Amino acid sequence: MAKIQIIVICTNLIFLAFIARLIVKAKLREEYAIVWLLITVLLALFSFWRKGLDAVSKLFGVYEPANFVFTGFIFFILIYLLHLSIVNSKQQKSITKLTQELALLKEQFKQTNKSKTN
Amino acid sequence: MATQLLIIIPCFNEEDSIVSLLNELNQMVVPNTFTITVAVINDCSNDNTSMIAEKFSVVVINLPVNLGIGGATQTGYKYAWENNFDVAVQMDGDGQHPPAELNKLLQCWQNTQANVVIGSRFLVKQGFQSSLLRRWGIGYFHWLNKFFTGIHIYDSTSGFRLFDRKAIELAVQYYPDEYPEPESIVIFAKSGLSIYETPVIMKERQGGKSSIQHLYQLYYIVKVSIAMFFSFIRK
Repeated sequence: MAKIQIIVICTNLIFLAFIARLIVKAKLREEYAIVWLLITVLLALFSFWRKGLDAVSKLFGVYEPANFVFTGFIFFILIYLLHLSIVNSKQQKSITKLTQELALLKEQFKQTNKSKTN
Repeated sequence: MATQLLIIIPCFNEEDSIVSLLNELNQMVVPNTFTITVAVINDCSNDNTSMIAEKFSVVVINLPVNLGIGGATQTGYKYAWENNFDVAVQMDGDGQHPPAELNKLLQCWQNTQANVVIGSRFLVKQGFQSSLLRRWGIGYFHWLNKFFTGIHIYDSTSGFRLFDRKAIELAVQYYPDEYPEPESIVIFAKSGLSIYETPVIMKERQGGKSSIQHLYQLYYIVKVSIAMFFSFIRK
């Protein structure tokens, strides 16, 4: 086994342990955890199966496996960022609604209290 | 029965101008067919806006989180909707919109029964006319609005506007967060509401700072153009 393989596998294990810890402590929602676990599995797969990267690159018609990895990951990151923007926009909307409802309720509460004391 | 009118004043750090504005509103004379309620929407100011406003006999709604002008104004429309107001007028908290001009909006509404009445600086060129750069920007929005909706709105960035109950209902459902004025015209026009403009005289802001300065002006134009386009193609 090559040195780089051992390093990658070790890093992978640490990463996996870290994600597991986050899930256990409920700091990461499962839907996100799935994505991160999948990435770890993918990394582990290619660190054991060294020829795999060449094979997959060839399959897609990319000469240099490194280019394949970069292109693939950048694309994946972009999609994931888009997903996060969508989640963010949704949360923004919810916060706005909650804030407005809370402010209106507080005002109503104030009025009710005032009319009670009078 | 008298028409219930709600005046919505979205405020963010307006302690310098709010006193004179509320005083003027208190002394204002409107046709007796209207009963007026003033609602100050304090958008999580970090000055004494809320405390000052509480001293007047107005409704003060304090947002616990800063939502920006659109979210604050929409809160006012939600209040108007829930409390069965017939018409709502939104006014800036910085003193740009003199309460005396309010009657012109009401008059226009009574004459036309429009769903939306916009107070315009440019129909009759009187009062504060804004800087040249901004006038160009507003001219561009006039053109863009004409393109999207087919109607002429000369002062589409004006935040001095009257909504009837139908328009309030729409604003409750959806109102843009940031820079809502020109975009909301597209939304209203698409929903088939009638929009009228009436000349008003505006003043220069009495205190506080514009939220749109320097490079933000460019951002404003780009952002609002995109928002208008998407509002236009949205079903």
